[in-house]
Formats: sequence, C-alpha cells, structure tokens
Amino acid sequence: MLEIKNLHVKLEEEDKQILKGVDLTVETGKVHAIMGPNGSGKSTLSYVLSGRDGYEVTEGAASLDGEDLLDLEPEERAAAGLFLAFQYPVEIPGVGNMTFLRTAVNAQRKARGEEEISAGDFLKLIREKAKSLKIDADMLKRPVNVGFSGGEKKRNEILQMALLEPKMCILDETDSGLDVDAMKLVAEGVNALRDAGRGFLVITHYQRLLDHIKPDVVHIMADGRIVKTGGPELALEVETNGYADILAEVA
Amino acid sequence: MALPQVKLEATEARLASLSLPESGAWLREAREAALARVQAMGLPHARDEYWKYTRPDTLVQADVPEAALFDAEGEVSFGDIDRVKLYFVDGVFDPEASDDPAVGGVEIERLADVASADIHWAKDVYGVLETRGQDPVERPLAALNTAVATDGVVIRATGKAEKPVNLIYLHRNTTSDAVLHHVIKVEDGAELTILENGPAAARFNKVMEVEVADTAAFHHVRTQGRDHERRAVTHTFARLGRESTFKSFTLTANGVLTRNECVIELTGNDAVAHVAGAALGDGDFLHDDTVFVTHDAENCESRQVFKKVLRNGATGVFQGKILVKDGAQKTDGYQISQSLLLDDDSVFLAKPELEIYADDVACSHGSTSGAIDEEGLFYLRSRGVPRDLATDLMVIAFVAEAIEEIEDEEIAADVLGRLEGWLERRRD
Repeated sequence: MLEIKNLHVKLEEEDKQILKGVDLTVETGKVHAIMGPNGSGKSTLSYVLSGRDGYEVTEGAASLDGEDLLDLEPEERAAAGLFLAFQYPVEIPGVGNMTFLRTAVNAQRKARGEEEISAGDFLKLIREKAKSLKIDADMLKRPVNVGFSGGEKKRNEILQMALLEPKMCILDETDSGLDVDAMKLVAEGVNALRDAGRGFLVITHYQRLLDHIKPDVVHIMADGRIVKTGGPELALEVETNGYADILAEVA
Repeated sequence: MALPQVKLEATEARLASLSLPESGAWLREAREAALARVQAMGLPHARDEYWKYTRPDTLVQADVPEAALFDAEGEVSFGDIDRVKLYFVDGVFDPEASDDPAVGGVEIERLADVASADIHWAKDVYGVLETRGQDPVERPLAALNTAVATDGVVIRATGKAEKPVNLIYLHRNTTSDAVLHHVIKVEDGAELTILENGPAAARFNKVMEVEVADTAAFHHVRTQGRDHERRAVTHTFARLGRESTFKSFTLTANGVLTRNECVIELTGNDAVAHVAGAALGDGDFLHDDTVFVTHDAENCESRQVFKKVLRNGATGVFQGKILVKDGAQKTDGYQISQSLLLDDDSVFLAKPELEIYADDVACSHGSTSGAIDEEGLFYLRSRGVPRDLATDLMVIAFVAEAIEEIEDEEIAADVLGRLEGWLERRRD
C-alpha cells in the first residue's frame, strides 16, 4: 500500500512550491489514476516518490507498505518494490539493454538478500516476457533506449516492470507519444501485471488510456493537491467537459 | 644551441649517476650516439612546452621515489589467451619463470645476447626509430633509454606468429628503476601480437621500437595494472611500410604517474595505424597520452581514440598530433580524446593538433570533457542499480569505444574483463 500524507514539495533551485499537501492512498491490488491539467504537479509527484534529485520535501510523508520512502535512495526504493515507468525513458549509449536488465534484476535480488539469477535462467525469463510485448532480440541487444521509437521505449519500460515485479507501479503519462496500437500493446502489458499483490498509480492527461487500463479510483489533481476523487466515471466527465467544471466546482 | 643552465645541471646530475652498459660494437655505438643526443637536448624540464601538463622531475631525478608494492590478489592479465610469457622482474629478464621462447613464425632473443654479435638486424632499428622520432619534437627520456637500457627483447616475426608474445613486468623492489628497450621487426607479410602487463618497477622507462614492413601487421595490447605508486614513461616508435597495419591499445588504472608516448610514421602507401587507450584515475594519478602520427605516404589511415575516467582529483593529459606531410594525399586522419570527470576536483588537459601540408586529405579531431549523465544515472538507480554500480556501467560504456579498437575479440574480452574486475574490486 502506497500512502502519501500531506506531501509538500518545492523545487530545490527555484524555491517554488509544486506540491501543496497531497493526500493519497493506493491500496495493494488496486489501480488508481491521477488526472489533471498541465502543471498541476502530477509528474513531480512521480519523481519525488522515486527519489529524483532537485526536489525538496518540506512537509508530509510517503510510505510503501509502512516503509518510509522519502529517506531512501532511489535504488533502495526500487528494491522496496516501487517502480516508475518514465514519461521520457532515458537513452544510455554504450550500455546494452540486456546487460542493464540483468544488472537491475540482480541488484534488486541482492538488495533483498536473494540469490542472483543465472545468465541462462535470465535469458529464458526475458525471452518469455519480451515475446508478449513484441520486443525482439535486436531491441534487447541495442543500447538502452538508444534509437528506440516512442512505442519501443514504452514497451521497454513495461518489460522492466514485468521483470522486476514491483509492488507498486507508477506510470507517468505512459500514453504520451503512442499511437492507438502501441497504446493497446502497452496497456495489455500492464493489465497482464494486474494482480492482488500489486498496486498501480496511473498518471495521465487523457481518459483514453483508462479505456484500456481500467482504474478502480480516479483522482483529479490541480495546483499541487488532489481536489477530487471518484470512480471511473470521473475520468469520463473530464473527457467530456474538460477540467474547468471540476476546478470551478471545488474552488 | 646551448642548454639553459638549470636544464644542463639537471641533465648532468642525472647522467653522472648512470653508465653505459657493456655492449658489443654496434650497440655500443648506438648507445654512445644516444647519450650524445641526451646531452645535446637535455632532459625534460617543467618549463618545456611538451611537458607543460606533466611534471617530469620525478622521471628525471637520480633518486627513485619509493613505490610500495601492490598485491594484485592473483589477478592475471591475458590469463585465458594462449601466449608465450616472458617475465621481467624489476626490469631484469627472468628466464626461469619465462616460457620457452621458441614460437612458430617468431624469433625471440634477449637484447644482451644480440649485443655481442658483430652484426645483427636489430642494428637497423635500435635507436634508429627513436632518433627519427626526435624530430620535430624532442623525446629525451627515450634517448636516455636507448643509451642506458639494461635489458629487453629483440623480436622478429617472419611469418604469422603462432601465438602472442606476452611481456610481463613484475615489481618486487620498492625503489627499482627499470629501463627496458625492445626492438621488434615484423617482416613483409608477417603478423605479430605483443601483449604487455604489469607495473614493472617503482620507476619504469620503456622504449619499444617497431618496424612494420610492407603488408605486415602488428598488434599491441597493454594493461598497466593497479599499482598506486608506480611511475612510468613509455615510448612506442613505429615505422609502417606499404599496406601495413599497426594497432595499439592500452588500458591503465591507477599509477601516480604515467606518460605513454606513441610516435608513428606512415612511410608506405595504404598503411593503417590505430592507437587507442582507456585510463581510469582515482586520486593521486596523472596519466598522459602523447601521440604523434606522421603521414608521409599516400592513402594512409590513422586513428587516435583516447578515453579517460577521472575522479577524486585525478589528472588526465592528452597531447595528440596528426602531421600530414606534403604529398601525403588521400590521408584519412581521425583523433578523439574524451574525459569523463566524476567530480569537480578532477582535471583533463587536452592539446589536439593537426598540421597539414597536403591538399587532398580528410582529417578530423575532437576533444570533450563531461560529467556523468545524471539522467542516465537516475534511470539506472530507479531500477534498483546502486549508484556506484550504475556509475561503473556508464564508465564501461564510456570507454567501450576505445576497447573496440582491439581487433582480436578474445583479447578485447580479456581487457574488458580486467576493467570490470578492477571496477568491481573498487566497489567492494
């Protein structure tokens, strides 16, 4: 369970407050969606939770299954079971995708005191996971995300999610830059990972992703706060009327 | 031109503590001529333009700065490569430890043994390529080496060498001052690979002169190990004939001071010369790659690829030059030197130079310094890869371009394994 309480965050360099008291609980096994206009703080929330530099938490708390996330290094958060699917997956020239994936899996295993996976077992595992996401051998051989299309990058994110089997997945605008077919493929990958032991926080501008990844709960974020929470129908309302009505209603 | 007083004094002081080793006639002549060159040019001084970034004093002074012995914990370079091992302990050949030097396609002799011969092919190489390499830039420590080198191997490849020859330099004495001079000739159409590894001594001065005849191929791969306190100045002089190939790669980790000079002359048409290096420095570390490639024939290709990873105040130096002489048309010259600075205290000093007198050439060069890509680092960490391991992955990625210059895949894999091993031990 991901619990965020009264989270206040500012940009370190600009002294600018971005999150102004976010309260949010994502239960294990549930899919929550966060929607909101540009600049409402959605991506900041995902970065702060995953431990990116440049943000300062001025107040509040965030924990995963009772473990305080904010004190942990990014790699420790990952080992604790948190996963962020990036809006813009980073290209890392020179580091082979396969090497990267195996290093990540083994690093997490090591952090949890588990045995490292053998090269042979890993190859079997990755072949099986990659196949369903239509990731071919070439994509595994190439440097991480280098020369990948938008769709390939997002599929690579979901592949990582499938290999790392996190407890809580944050998807930051995973639908951005995807055509309808690519979005379907990505959504299928996510849906295949839906599980009673895993929670999801899906950040998106548009309702269309939520047609494919059906949320249990929808939150509307504006100006650094969750301003409204409801069921899937809330996303439809946004799709039809935009944010203006909702924002006017809560103002 | 008379030497400046300070230089004259330093040179005389150094030479006073040295004497020319006993040699047969041809070698004695070569040594005496080299000594005269040293006296004429003087030993390097901090004010010399060519030593602007690297202080030469500890390489020049008579007293050898002490270097603690380093326990390599059983680490063996090129361990899986089928090779002929020749050991030198603090600069002295150890025949007991070494393999039988009888290898197909290659004649291997000890410098001391050929010195007594009245006439030997090595006469046309020993000190000869070094002398050619003194113009237009003086390299006094190489001339000093020619004069006083106490040991070395003389290798001639007459065909395709059956296996690589591995020169292994062990360091057992904390104040050893080793001076080795190797002479190599790769005859027409022959092929030879030389591997080198080990710290050699507290202070090491090594010259390798390589004559690569027409259509011959010479490969050189070297690892300069993890000894922290050793000092080394090495010179490789190569002259390339028509359609010949020369490829040299060096991996360096640690060492308080290393200056590797490589002087290559392309004298036959359609020759290819690649020289590359990857250096990892941590703390009290200065690594200097000084390269001078002269194109003096048509349609030749040269590449210089140097990568340095520096942290905790380490210093990297690159002085690389491509000289294209008048008439060396269709020259394809390339030079890249890059540093990855892992903190604000580390320094990379680069002096890339092109000097071109032919009008139909393609030469390019580039030099960059940069910090590690924080975005990439965060991405790796967000997947659970700890910061130091993530940094190392990016370090390996950074130097990969240089390691890819090694043609033999098995040797390249060995070098990569060595690098990964060093990084892993550093993390533990």
